[in-house]
Amino acid sequence: MAVKVIIPTPLRAYAGKQESVEVQAATVGEALLALTGKFGELKKHLFSEDGRLRSFVNVYVNDEDVRYLQKDQTPVREGDTVSIVPSIAGGARN
Amino acid sequence: MATKVGIPTASGSKPAVTLSKSEVMRYSRHLIMPEVGMDGQLKLKAAKVLCIGTGGLGAPLGLYLAAAGVGRIGLVDFDVVDSTNLQRQVLFGTSDVGRPKITAAADRLRNLNPEIQIDTFETHLSSENALDILKDYDVVVDGTDNFPTRYLVNDACVILGKPNVYGSIFRFDGQITIFGAPGGPCYRCLYPEPPPPGLVPSCAEGGVLGVLPGIVGTIQAAETLKLIIGKGDPLIGRLLLFDALAMKFRELKLRKNPECPVCGEHPTVTKLIDYAEFCGVRGEEGPVATMTNVPEVTPRELKARLDRGDDLFILDVREPHEYQICNLQGHLIPLGELSRRVHELDSSKEIVAHCRSGKRSADAVEFLQKAGFRKIWNLKGGILAWSDEVDPSVPKY
Repeated sequence: MAVKVIIPTPLRAYAGKQESVEVQAATVGEALLALTGKFGELKKHLFSEDGRLRSFVNVYVNDEDVRYLQKDQTPVREGDTVSIVPSIAGGARN
Repeated sequence: MATKVGIPTASGSKPAVTLSKSEVMRYSRHLIMPEVGMDGQLKLKAAKVLCIGTGGLGAPLGLYLAAAGVGRIGLVDFDVVDSTNLQRQVLFGTSDVGRPKITAAADRLRNLNPEIQIDTFETHLSSENALDILKDYDVVVDGTDNFPTRYLVNDACVILGKPNVYGSIFRFDGQITIFGAPGGPCYRCLYPEPPPPGLVPSCAEGGVLGVLPGIVGTIQAAETLKLIIGKGDPLIGRLLLFDALAMKFRELKLRKNPECPVCGEHPTVTKLIDYAEFCGVRGEEGPVATMTNVPEVTPRELKARLDRGDDLFILDVREPHEYQICNLQGHLIPLGELSRRVHELDSSKEIVAHCRSGKRSADAVEFLQKAGFRKIWNLKGGILAWSDEVDPSVPKY
């Protein structure tokens, strides 16, 4: 299934400066794996050393947080949008 | 589902009785609108809102809250206006440079609306003072710029039961929501932990489009006013994402995490903690202590060596757009490209690496040392220090 993964601005530098990347996947986990397969540098920004999604990065399928679905086993369908939404803190100075 | 809630009425605070004739005139465009009307305007007059930060987000926020007639506005900031603020912090003018932000902001807001009360707190919000400062206000608006303060504000709001109108920005992106409303999620439900310092975007990728905090801060103001008058659908349980480049808004669902350490069913954080420690000691702004022990050269030493005619190779690891602002005529290889462009460097030559402040180039030196380079130094303090100590004609940014 072709799904669109939206790359947030802070991580675009590690994803060939692209705003979104289309990957083939049946689950969220597969989509992220396909993404980090294409862009190796993204991996350490998304996953901790034990392979778990970092706690300051959330992943959504369409508008639902996968933590409240089936996490990385959450199925994705053709045309779904997977969003990576990291924590940003800026207000003024950075 | 978005819940409809107004702010809890602060104990003992009765709505202001009436508006004066001049207030009726001033707020007439609110009064003739049924969604606000006299009832809403009196609620605004009785409301107490605390704005944490008077920077990019706090500027439009303060202006619109004051203009709208929020009766009491608290401002928390410890900073001094500098000229780099003026690109986006529209509360301030050129003549304010060097003044405490809190004083300049209060003057501006009092001039905008002398009918309201402005409280000023010229301090760093901390675990020691946060509860005391926040407790008198109905709504807290988070316009800060670093993770430790964001977690502090969140936890204090949850502990005190205050809604926290949240906005944050990065380059062209904004995130806006309301945390800490009754039954709604908090910041820790969304992000249980902050990023470790090494993984936050470096200053190379920083910066912000000046108008972005204007848009995000204005949305925070709108949500604050809606909370006060109790109208419309507040951004509770919804995370609004704004991309100024694409000019798109998106909305994601935010859920309350039953296992949240602060607002969950069995909270483990019931009082304020050490947020600097929680966030890995440092916030994300300010000079970063170099943790590595890479060899360094000071700007003056480098200047002396160059004047002597030593054959030094200057490696600039900043981004091309930074090179355009100012440079030392070094060879440009952005840090992110160093691993694949290392062949451009000659390890038999003496190399001095620099960036803006010395942090990225320290990483570059460490990387190159591991790659076998032996004659390599980091320019201490970067091009900023070069400007301070050697050549003041080099602009600082």
